[in-house]
Amino acid sequence: MMNQHILLPMHLLQALPAVSAFGWLPALIPLLPFAGFVLLGLFGRKYLQSISGWLGTMLLLAAAGIGYYTAYEYFFVLGKTNGVYQAIEIFKLTWLEFSPGFSIDMGIVLDPISVMMIVVVTTVSLLVHIYSLGYMKGEPRFATYYSFLGLFTFAMLGLVLSTNIFQMYIFWELVGISSFLLIGFYYDKPSAVAASKKAFIVTRFADLGFLIGILVLSFYAKSFDFATLIHQLTTPETATMQSAIAASFLGGSALTWGLVLVFVGGAGKSAMFPLHVWLPDAMEGPTPVSALIHAATMVVAGVFLVARLFPVFNVSPPAMDLVMFVGAFSAIFAAIIACTQTDIKRVLAYSTMSQIGFMMFALGCFGFTASMFHLFTHALFKALLFLAAGAVIHVVHSNEMKDMGGLRKKMPITHLTFLIACLAISGIWPFAGFFSKEGILLAAHEHNTLIYWVGIVTSALTAFYMFRLYFKIFWQKEWNGHTDDAHGEGGFSMMLPLLLLAAGAAAAGFIPFGKLVSADGKPLEEVFHWQFALLPLGVAVLGIAFAFLLYKKQNDRPAKMAAALNGFYVAAKRKFYIDELYSFITTKIIFNLVGKAAAWFDKNVVNGLVDATGSSTQFISEKVRGIQSGKVQQYAVYFLVGALFLAALFIYGWR
Amino acid sequence: MNLSLLILLPAITAIILLLLPKPSQVRIVSLISAVLQLGLAFFLFFSFTRLRAAGDNAKMLFEQNYAWFPSWHINFHTGVDGISVAMILLTSFVVVAGMLVSWNITKMTKEFYFLLVLLSLGAYGFFISLDLFILFFFLEIAVIPKYLLIGVWGSGRKEYAANKLALMLMGGSALVLVGILGLYFATDARSFDIMELATLSITPALQKVIFPLLFIGFGVFAGLFPFHTWVPDGHASAPTAGSMFLAGISMKLGGYGCLRVATFLLPEGAREYANIIIVLSAIAVLYGAFATMMQKDLKYINAYSSVSHCGFVLLGIGMLTKTAIAGAVMQMVSHGVMTALFFAVIGMIYERTHTRQVDEMGGLLKVTPFITTVFFIVGFCSLGLPGLSGFVAEMTVFVGSWEHTDTFHRVATIAAVMSIVVTAVYILRAIGKTVLGPLKVGFSNLTDAKWNEKAAAILLVAAILAIGLAPFWLNNLVAPAAEVIMQKIAPVAAAVK
Repeated sequence: MMNQHILLPMHLLQALPAVSAFGWLPALIPLLPFAGFVLLGLFGRKYLQSISGWLGTMLLLAAAGIGYYTAYEYFFVLGKTNGVYQAIEIFKLTWLEFSPGFSIDMGIVLDPISVMMIVVVTTVSLLVHIYSLGYMKGEPRFATYYSFLGLFTFAMLGLVLSTNIFQMYIFWELVGISSFLLIGFYYDKPSAVAASKKAFIVTRFADLGFLIGILVLSFYAKSFDFATLIHQLTTPETATMQSAIAASFLGGSALTWGLVLVFVGGAGKSAMFPLHVWLPDAMEGPTPVSALIHAATMVVAGVFLVARLFPVFNVSPPAMDLVMFVGAFSAIFAAIIACTQTDIKRVLAYSTMSQIGFMMFALGCFGFTASMFHLFTHALFKALLFLAAGAVIHVVHSNEMKDMGGLRKKMPITHLTFLIACLAISGIWPFAGFFSKEGILLAAHEHNTLIYWVGIVTSALTAFYMFRLYFKIFWQKEWNGHTDDAHGEGGFSMMLPLLLLAAGAAAAGFIPFGKLVSADGKPLEEVFHWQFALLPLGVAVLGIAFAFLLYKKQNDRPAKMAAALNGFYVAAKRKFYIDELYSFITTKIIFNLVGKAAAWFDKNVVNGLVDATGSSTQFISEKVRGIQSGKVQQYAVYFLVGALFLAALFIYGWR
Repeated sequence: MNLSLLILLPAITAIILLLLPKPSQVRIVSLISAVLQLGLAFFLFFSFTRLRAAGDNAKMLFEQNYAWFPSWHINFHTGVDGISVAMILLTSFVVVAGMLVSWNITKMTKEFYFLLVLLSLGAYGFFISLDLFILFFFLEIAVIPKYLLIGVWGSGRKEYAANKLALMLMGGSALVLVGILGLYFATDARSFDIMELATLSITPALQKVIFPLLFIGFGVFAGLFPFHTWVPDGHASAPTAGSMFLAGISMKLGGYGCLRVATFLLPEGAREYANIIIVLSAIAVLYGAFATMMQKDLKYINAYSSVSHCGFVLLGIGMLTKTAIAGAVMQMVSHGVMTALFFAVIGMIYERTHTRQVDEMGGLLKVTPFITTVFFIVGFCSLGLPGLSGFVAEMTVFVGSWEHTDTFHRVATIAAVMSIVVTAVYILRAIGKTVLGPLKVGFSNLTDAKWNEKAAAILLVAAILAIGLAPFWLNNLVAPAAEVIMQKIAPVAAAVK
């Protein structure tokens, strides 16, 4: 009882258990970007405008440095006990306690996937910070931009390091709002404002599922803490587990429903069908932001969420199947649309959705390591693709493919790095994507044949649309060069991130990933079957060859293709009309039917009744008293008289 | 601490104001008084927490009890628990901010500030009262000034709005009065004393009669559906500080009364009607949110959204679990600060653009970055962004509501949770139309916030952040008091825990 009255955080700090071998250092990884957000947010515009970029970049550099050090210490020095990687809690503060043991905590946990995510997030964020020094030069709201980048990086790191599912939800919302702020960064463009709104509201809708899912799961587990929650929900002997499985609703157990709802949240953030509609529009944001948030980090949060709760998903086959089918369908659906889009950023956005679909169905096929590996490599090559696309847009001043072509001579570094990224995402040996995609297809092959073939077809489509993009930007026609040549490729700050990411995209496949990241913390034996790799490699080459034939030189073959596919092509180009469907539901049904009805009802019915009461009172008073004063004092007298009358009733009538 | 200071200070200020000749003096004295009230509230908070930390578990602290009208057993009985302290803190924040944003009032400055001071006096008195009679007395003090504030300094259909508000609130007070008198006469104790009434065993039959009177009576103040219609018109017509006090403080008198008087004294009645309360407040939450979506006037947007947000207060009370009740109180504090800030920002925008129609604005971010930033913060708070106060309160209500396992409570909770999407829609729509987008012609010369506006905004933003970033202090303040109320409602369940 005593403790409940303690109010100062100081006491909370003292109540902490002894800190781990890592000390407090890892806490700085999210806190440094947060400091950047606060500093630049408060003082950036007035005092720090000129140095804001460097300040943000330096803070991120420090965070990344600590991040790499932590990763090294975790994977190679301190992380393992008896050959198994452990989850190590750096610290945990009670943030909001509902009842003893049932609280929202703020903490940091290190385990293989969170440490991997530290590396991914700090690396890509750092490179985007550096890249933006050149890309955003001359922007009047430069300091604000860096402040938002800091906020996003902080929130994303907080999300992946969460010890508590509610903490994750909190940072989940915070990444959502930073995404909103950055998509709408060019706020005087109505399309950017609309896109930012759409992104937030669609993901908010999905978060509804996440939140209710949290309530369902934690109700049975009696805890929000990940470790406790997972333990409670995966140990078949416990009464918790029994009741969660026994309680059923519409044919599914409470456990399954909880997981499905949580997955809805993850699907919204990760732009899975049918909640993907916000992602292509989100490309309205500055291109480095697209690289960071909408390619490498935030959009994989849903994958991370499923991975975090992987042990619980394991005990619910229906939830696992849902993850698999939604992932696979999104993968092929987005790949088909990507083949028809003409805005290069939108092609990349659909490609992102498709690749996240791979990660999702890999998890659904129990390919934990493969999924995480693909998340890792995808972050590198997709960030690279976006940053390279940014460099192109910087020169061409357009997102449309028709304004490009033949840029390979003008932009040699961009060309080379883009090519590497295309090879990587297409899964060509020895680039990074080859290895991670092999793992995924292997997992699918062992689990479900249909999903495996979806994966194969999608691989072919991936290679096709990526090289369609590549040929259309860098080949096809001669660059007519009517832009100012002084612009060139962009300075060192823009080229350095491209080169570093290209190195990563080329070589990351050789990381012995299974030895570091696995579902149970035990190192996996690497298995690699050359025979098995031949088919995916073959279809990828086929896809590239097809793109070569169609797009290397200008010709009428693409138009003939489109004409031959006719209706299907048009539907794909129009993104299968999902946007139109949503717009129908929101404006026609929600706004016009529900919203207008509620507003009308309030104005006319509820309020009308009140006014009617008022006027009828007046009417009666006119009749009864013959005087109509309309004075409030008089009404007050009536009320008093009435009250006294009722009181008298109580006195004499009640007893 | 002597709680009477909280009443004495505004009372003395009010008298001094009447004697001052110049508007400038009136402003400064009012502001100084408001800041002193804030200081007192902080002092009360720290004294209270120190005593609690030292192990003083009395239900009420700093009690004073003087005979006032002995033949009727009316006592001037005051005292506070964690919930009252939270409400007093809220009041003092809103009062300072309200004084600051009223700096430009030129019409009858003295009378304006006098009424604001009177309102604050009523609110402090209400929150420290442990005697139903003086509680009612202070409630009435807080009603009358609102009528004048809207009728004299208001805008739009101000006479209509003022009449409607005064009549509906008086109707509510009348119900409260009947309930109080009923309690007085129908029990043998012949007492108005809350703590004494709480120890009585009132027959369930009587509770079932009196509970609705008190709950609806206070509920009118709190915007209980369908008695909420004074809220939109009243707020829209009131001057800025009037709206701030109205939504920030007055609606909270209702919520506090529902909890402290109706629910605490009549637990059987509360259990009897809990499901109806839940249905009505879940309707208010969702329906208020949908109605907000269609509004085009910024003040109507915030007023309807207040109906929705205050629905969480009554929902939390109706859920009758410790956590939900704590959440309800946190929502009162959070919404009080947030809505006051929202009205302050709307006032700032209106003073510059001379419109409140969202369709007539656009791109204000370019010319008024400070005001816009505050607008963002308060909007995000409203849509429940973590790190700001609204999230903490709403989540506490949700978690508390989810403790019930039956379908009825689950459905009601999910309905309320669904409002977070609708809220996001109307807030982002308002933000998108007013401060984002291309700058509208004619707005390029607008000036950003002045010192008084900045000070008011910073004060309230600080409160929002203090709750949002470190909610444990508020939770630790409120939760034990909620537990005391729960012990009254569910003594058996509480004993098992």
